[in-house]
Amino acid sequence: MQKVTTRNFDTPNSFRIDTYIKNQGYEAARKALTQMTPAQVIDEVKNANLRGLGGAGFATGMKWSFIPKDNPKPKYLVVNGDEGEPGTFKDKYILELDPHALIEGMIITCYAIGSHKGYVYIRGEYLKSIERLRSAIQEAHQKGFLGKGIMGTSFDLEIVVHQGAGAYICGEETALLESLEGKKGFPRLKPPFPAVVGLFGCPTVINNVETLACVGPIILKGAQWYAQLGCEKNGGNRIFCVSGHVNKPGIYELPNGTTLREIIYQHAGGILNGRQLKAVIPGGISAPLLTPDQLDVKMDFDSLKAAGTMAGSGGIIVMDDSTCMVWAAMIAARFYAHESCGQCSPCREGSGWVYRNIKRIYHGEGRPVDLKNLPGIVGNIGGNTICAFGDAVTMCISSYVQKFRHEFEAHVNEEKCGLCSKHQEVAN
Amino acid sequence: MDKITSQYEQKRAALLPLLHLVQEKEGIITADSEKEIAAYLGIAVSHVHEVVSFYHLFRQKPQGKCHFSVCQTTACALRGSEDIIEHIEKRLGIKPGEVTANGKFSFGVVECLGACELAPMMQCNNDYVGPLNKKKIDELIDKSND
Repeated sequence: MQKVTTRNFDTPNSFRIDTYIKNQGYEAARKALTQMTPAQVIDEVKNANLRGLGGAGFATGMKWSFIPKDNPKPKYLVVNGDEGEPGTFKDKYILELDPHALIEGMIITCYAIGSHKGYVYIRGEYLKSIERLRSAIQEAHQKGFLGKGIMGTSFDLEIVVHQGAGAYICGEETALLESLEGKKGFPRLKPPFPAVVGLFGCPTVINNVETLACVGPIILKGAQWYAQLGCEKNGGNRIFCVSGHVNKPGIYELPNGTTLREIIYQHAGGILNGRQLKAVIPGGISAPLLTPDQLDVKMDFDSLKAAGTMAGSGGIIVMDDSTCMVWAAMIAARFYAHESCGQCSPCREGSGWVYRNIKRIYHGEGRPVDLKNLPGIVGNIGGNTICAFGDAVTMCISSYVQKFRHEFEAHVNEEKCGLCSKHQEVAN
Repeated sequence: MDKITSQYEQKRAALLPLLHLVQEKEGIITADSEKEIAAYLGIAVSHVHEVVSFYHLFRQKPQGKCHFSVCQTTACALRGSEDIIEHIEKRLGIKPGEVTANGKFSFGVVECLGACELAPMMQCNNDYVGPLNKKKIDELIDKSND
């Protein structure tokens, strides 16, 4: 299998510019800037079937083409490195081990959309990522790959690294823009979409770190090469992050369309302590659960959508048969209650209500009416809020209640389900 | 401060980086710092304060010299973060959000830090540590206690 975004990870000092250059680094940027028009770059990325790897899976080339060409305002590229979806930790590896792949992807993207300023928003806790990217930017400046007249062309680009401050909601692209402008991370109403009115009121493309790290290889080796690595309408590989009850948690770069079974059992070493699998979150905590009968699903945006869940951010969290699903639902609900930004009432009030409801049920204090009300409360958050956070609460929690209703009933009727005393790995 | 501000097309955009700078130098963000930053950026103090109180990483109360942020979200919870939290509480004799009497330790419980491969994990000052077990916690506490 050909690696794309993790190709340099095993090379010593992979984050240094000299190492990167030795492995064809910055050749793609040179090719784009000296031999291609911006329209050709966009077409190449469109034909590669590259899709947004932050979670939404929107066609990247298409997104770039929404930037109006006749708008006299400056245009911006904003990189979403606010990796916060529980179960996801891939962008951290790219930023720490191959920051130049991101910078090169940014140079090509900015050239394609006519931007001369890029911002990289990195979550506040990723201090090493921030430090590595800042040094990489300095190195790129020294080599003439950033700044004025890049590689002897008339193209200019400056990149600024912006440190977040600990708010899950800032991974939502318009909340991220607000945060970048120095405000609370409250998502914006859409339309207008960021492609028209984005950062500082100007046309803006927002892409995920991993997405942009794919751009260099696409330009260098061609759209066809990249597209054929993956599956129909979802080109290339992606980095799957596997965690939870598996023997080898970690990142695995694999083709889009690899089965969930292969990822868990062949790559992540199977279930911990030889136990049986009970449920899997396939794409970050917000993706509805899959059960053991669904393990042959292909891991790409369209197949997972057809299976009633989503590919999301590529974060796979595995739960074994010792897991109490009411407890797991409570942990997820607590996360949402904690991270709701508070702007929309259904989400602000609903997420806390859902958490308190499930907490009561888990502790054996739930009344039959709690379980009866739960689907209604959960169901009325999604679709009634400005951003997709509300939909995430609905999708995520509904899947626990629907697929493991008997466990919720056991907690209400018998105060526990027989698993609660042993749901944890004993940490010793 | 001017160097940070000059990176942005709008002055106000420098608010988060300036708050990080103040917190790094002074440990916390005081009401006086909020006023100073507001005056510098030409925005209302209430705008600065709402940002300080919105983001989890900005502190208005001091923490211990050694601060543990323990992740409690799904991947870490599945690998035993509840036991880790209980053990830290027992060892330090404090609850999340508190500081030990000698000012050496404090700890908080946080949501996903983006390091689920290290579960159960925490952030100890600037560093990510994991997978954790009781022994590792004891070692970290003993080391910082010296």
